Amino acid sequence: MILDAKIPEGPIEKKWTSFKNNAKLISPANKRKFKVIVVGTGLAGSSASATLAELGYQVETFCFHDSARRAHSIAAQGGINAAKNYQNDGDSVWRLFYDTIKGGDFRAREANVYRLAEVSGNIIDECVSQGVPFAREYGGELTNRSFGGAQVSRTFYAKGQTGQQLLLGAYSALSAQIGLGRVTMHESSEMLDLVLVDGHAKGIVTRDLITGEIKTHAADTVLLCTGGYSNVYYLSTNARGSNVTATWRAYKRGAAFANPCYTQIHPTCIPVAGDYQSKLTLMSESLRNDGRVWVPKQKGDARLPQDIPEEERDYYLERKYPSYGNLAPRDIASRSAKEVCDEGRGVGPGGLGVYLDFSASIDRLGEKTIRERYGNLFEMYHNITGESAYERPMRIYPAVHYTMGGLWVDYNLMSTIPGLHVLGEANFSDHGANRLGASALMQGLSDGYFVIPNTLGEYLSTQFGKKVSTDMPEFKKTETEARAHVEKLLAVKGNVPVDEFHRQLGLIIWDECGMARSEAGLKKAIADIRALRERFWKEVAIPGTGAELNQSLERAGRVADFLEFGELMCIDALTREESCGGHFRIEHQTPEGEALRHDDKFAEVYAWMFQGQNNDPELVREPLHYEAVHLATRSYK
Amino acid sequence: MSTMNFHLRLWKQKSATDKGEFIKIHATEIPSECSFLEMLDIVNNRLTREGKEPVSFASDCREGICGTCHMVINGVPQGPGRGAACQVYMRKFENGQTITVEPFRVGAFPIVKDLVVNRSAYDRIIRSGGFISEHTGGAPDASTSLIPKPVADAAMDAAACIGCGACAAACPNSSPMLFVGAKVTHLGLLPQGQAERKSRARNMVRTMQEEGFGNCSNYYACEAVCPANVPASVIAMLNREYIRGEVSEAVGAID
Amino acid sequence: MTSSATPSKAAKKSCCCSLPLFSSPIGRKWIVAITGIVLVLFVIGHLLGNLSIFVGPDAMNSYAAFLKSTGEILWVVRIVLLACVVLHIWFTITLWRENLAARPQKYAVKNDLGTTVYARLMRISGLTVLAFVLYHLAQFTWEAFNPEYKTWVDEQGRHDVYRMVVTAFSCPFVSGFYILAVGLLGMHLSHGIASLFQTLGITTEKLRPVFEKGGLIIAWIIFLGFASIPTAVMFGFVKLPASLPACPFCH
Ligand SMILES: Cc1cc2nc3c(=O)[nH]c(=O)nc-3n(C[C@H](O)[C@H](O)[C@H](O)COP(=O)(O)OP(=O)(O)OC[C@H]3O[C@@H](n4cnc5c(N)ncnc54)[C@H](O)[C@@H]3O)c2cc1C
Ligand code: HEM
Ligand code: HEM
Ligand code: SF4
Ligand code: F3S
Ligand code: FES
Repeated sequence: MILDAKIPEGPIEKKWTSFKNNAKLISPANKRKFKVIVVGTGLAGSSASATLAELGYQVETFCFHDSARRAHSIAAQGGINAAKNYQNDGDSVWRLFYDTIKGGDFRAREANVYRLAEVSGNIIDECVSQGVPFAREYGGELTNRSFGGAQVSRTFYAKGQTGQQLLLGAYSALSAQIGLGRVTMHESSEMLDLVLVDGHAKGIVTRDLITGEIKTHAADTVLLCTGGYSNVYYLSTNARGSNVTATWRAYKRGAAFANPCYTQIHPTCIPVAGDYQSKLTLMSESLRNDGRVWVPKQKGDARLPQDIPEEERDYYLERKYPSYGNLAPRDIASRSAKEVCDEGRGVGPGGLGVYLDFSASIDRLGEKTIRERYGNLFEMYHNITGESAYERPMRIYPAVHYTMGGLWVDYNLMSTIPGLHVLGEANFSDHGANRLGASALMQGLSDGYFVIPNTLGEYLSTQFGKKVSTDMPEFKKTETEARAHVEKLLAVKGNVPVDEFHRQLGLIIWDECGMARSEAGLKKAIADIRALRERFWKEVAIPGTGAELNQSLERAGRVADFLEFGELMCIDALTREESCGGHFRIEHQTPEGEALRHDDKFAEVYAWMFQGQNNDPELVREPLHYEAVHLATRSYK
Repeated sequence: MSTMNFHLRLWKQKSATDKGEFIKIHATEIPSECSFLEMLDIVNNRLTREGKEPVSFASDCREGICGTCHMVINGVPQGPGRGAACQVYMRKFENGQTITVEPFRVGAFPIVKDLVVNRSAYDRIIRSGGFISEHTGGAPDASTSLIPKPVADAAMDAAACIGCGACAAACPNSSPMLFVGAKVTHLGLLPQGQAERKSRARNMVRTMQEEGFGNCSNYYACEAVCPANVPASVIAMLNREYIRGEVSEAVGAID
Repeated sequence: MTSSATPSKAAKKSCCCSLPLFSSPIGRKWIVAITGIVLVLFVIGHLLGNLSIFVGPDAMNSYAAFLKSTGEILWVVRIVLLACVVLHIWFTITLWRENLAARPQKYAVKNDLGTTVYARLMRISGLTVLAFVLYHLAQFTWEAFNPEYKTWVDEQGRHDVYRMVVTAFSCPFVSGFYILAVGLLGMHLSHGIASLFQTLGITTEKLRPVFEKGGLIIAWIIFLGFASIPTAVMFGFVKLPASLPACPFCH
């Protein structure tokens, strides 16, 4: 199979304009005849649903949450990038494009990233007109903050709740359309499978999480906006319900899964405190502006931090990266923390933590200033750990945060299954091997508000007169299969709770496919995952029935998919024999221990195609052509 | 790491029409560092191992922002302290304490199962007016209207509502005025929200009534439990906006 | 779970009762608040008038005579007051019924969650005040218990209101009931006065403590003002000319 990215001709600055000038349009009268299924109501799904409904399509939207507003996008804190250059500090579409490509360690598709940068400004306009209360200056102008990986201030924010406010904006636009009867909203509905008719995505199977009813829904095209798969690690900063199910089922129906091993690990999270823990909490990266990261020089030093004298502390980031110091990029800071902990110098329970020490800043600036800057974060830390960071250093540790990989899509956001479009974190498109802060929100909204409304016509214009209905045998068949899957889970009747398997899977993946990966480790992980999967299908306990709210059943379905997906992730990591961005293969590092890319061999997208349950997946490559930028090595020394 | 023991009374109810009851569980060896929901996870996993049905409760982000979790802990919607139920930690309780957990008791939030209720009435309130009608692509440049910082900040404070429903659960009258007021205030303060200012309050209040919620008696219990710190002054704003909306509709005023 | 457009369980429609002012949650609260203001103003005015008792029989009786002399105006005021009382009570009761219905099942564990006892007791305090007012009207306006009050006139031929009040209050039961009733009135207003500003949309975060404190102070003044009269009579600070007999009930 050859992956055709359908990138428009012409210089990079002209591609999107020329695409729009030549795009296939659907007349208003015909739009009314097309039905679109949108799965997911995060930034990507809500914005797409609302915009397509405004255009006149019949939209049916699904989410597993009890309200569209609860999608995981709500949790994003920091901000959203846009090349508005309101600060007059030299920002431009080109710079945002270049920063994103470079931040992604030169593993993203140029044309997509340029388009993202191009529409970024429109997103802010849109959000402001929906009433998103972005932070402002006293004079009333919008204000910006700077964020990792950029030398300009281009990040718009709404307190520490930017994702919430952007999502509520999109949710309100969606709500307006639901109120007008143009969108039919299905909450508490989990997509279990994708229905193909003649090889085209034409519907989905869902389970109503409250009644247990399994049903099919038909449409002319399906949009998956179901977010990322960080929860394959069990512990992550993602919400508990975030899952890979929708994209994984699509993969098993023929959609290529691209770069699954590209995951992002955020350096400043509250460390794991015990095995009861259900979730990790992110502490804003901004803390590194005033905190110094250190561990004891001595292994297993059990003294309290205040009892360890200055000369026995190792400020390892300052030591290793004198020019960037504590502000080294996310992947580097995370990896360094892992190294010192692996050496046995970690602090706190289990030795999995490093200190983030504010005492120097408190001495220099006074506690009041620190309180003003980070008061709410210190409070959050105190609430969770019971410790005061004013009195003793915070303990932090990296945690999984975002997944760059996802279903492969072309320039039109269509996957390898005709009619199946994928938006937001669920696709692989824009962030390469590492995502810059504040650009996931930008991508989700760009996909939903501005890209898909323009690109959907390319597919739909080929679908006139090809009506499908849920009475077709294809729907019945897929529904039967989905039902059988649920019944198979219920029939196991073991006595081990689902969480147990999920936690074990997470440990395997975290150890072997986390911050540092090796051939031997990945091979071991693949074997371990297979064994765990087998145990799962023999021992998982799911009390209750399928005809009611059954949270064990919901989780079991998701974990069953993670148990399959985790293997693909390790296979991808094993195959990509280089280090880039969030993917660090210990065999491929510079003498100083930095990531070593092999552009000659690996400047390509790895897309995996399902070949049947017991066969190895097929690898299909999409070469990445860098016409506008030159490949360079990142250095933060 | 120290552990604690608790006497739990957890509400079990199969469905909206079923009669529910408390089940008593002696939860032993609970790590003192864990959160309230993690404690429930532990209890549920133990029940599962014993072949019993766990107690259903909702949660997602577990960091207080998504509004999914909802329960009443010892008579307090969303539990002791500020924040949502997922931000309650066991060290806030005494070792050996009896803890009663029951669902939100609001007629307009029918019980789904155990501690889970259906809060879709809040979505329907938003659908009836909690938005600015605009369409993608039609927006002017974001810098077109200047919004003084205090106004933007006040709009943000109101917009911080996480839609959890604790306000109606805490209110002795089951009134959702804090939630409705938060949205009306957020959009009513911003220049973008002016066009629909009057119809918004009118329509949202009508839906609120149709859904069967109670009326506000200015008790302020809602404000006391709101995990997002939405101030009750948003209710005053709603009272004002609503009357203005009705009066101008009644007299046919354009503005 | 599927949901499309907002369900429209059309509100009950019938004559002017369906006007939002009379049917909506907020419209009705505005009526309660506005009638509340009228009632509060009356209570304050009435208190000031009654305090004339401390000046002496002449002041009080001439004040009463003045009121009588206003003729139609008095009736207009009475009708307005009556209308306010009826509206105030009618709408608080309809709101109350809906509020009860909105919480079909009570919580197993009760928690006051920062509400004040004054707010929780609004209905009880209001109804007690209503009962008091009826008793009070029967006593002093209709003079139903003691028809002889009608015959009491002072030296200038005016109705001897002073004697009537002092006679009545010299009975400890009557005085006790009055003090209890005005105590509850004070509680009603402790919440009511601040509350009406919130209902009318005047309260802001900054003003709320001002209204709350102000309301409390006014409520206390009203309570102490009214309570001072029976108290003063009982302790003998205000008394009848020696020639006249005391409490009609107690003997
Ligand atoms: C703690 C945290 C902080 C972050 N901060 C930032 C930041 O500051 N800036 C930034 O740019 N990015 C940030 N991100 C990343 C960003 O929030 C996400 O990448 C982005 O919001 C994803 O949006 P989405 O629409 O693709 O998916 P989501 O918001 O995850 O939505 C997924 C939707 O799909 C639905 N769904 C999923 N599976 C199914 C199924 N099987 N059936 C039916 N429905 C399903 C869900 O109900 C949900 O509605 C942060 C992420 C985290 C975890
Ligand atoms: C002299 C008599 C009375 C005065 C001066 C008075 C005054 C007030 C005032 C100022 C309010 C506040 C309105 C608001 O919050 O908007 C109020 C509320 C209320 N009053 Fe009265 N009132 C009187 C009699 C009564 C009576 C007889 C009742 C009997 C039921 C009553 C019941 C209530 C109730 C229940 C409320 C609260 C309504 C709500 O918030 O929903 N009142 N009153
Ligand atoms: C110690 C307290 C009080 C005293 C001494 C007192 C005295 C009187 C007197 C003497 C009258 C009759 C006036 C006349 O016929 O000329 C009267 C009337 C009345 N009082 Fe009071 N009163 C007191 C408290 C109250 C209170 C607390 C209320 C209400 C809450 C109240 C409500 C009324 C009303 C409604 C009337 C009838 C007014 C009218 O004729 O239209 N009084 N009062
Ligand atoms: S106003 Fe507060 S309590 Fe009410 S829904 Fe919003 S966040 Fe929850
Ligand atoms: S508690 Fe209820 S009475 Fe009003 S102020 Fe809050 S809605
Ligand atoms: S689980 Fe999201 S707010 Fe509690």
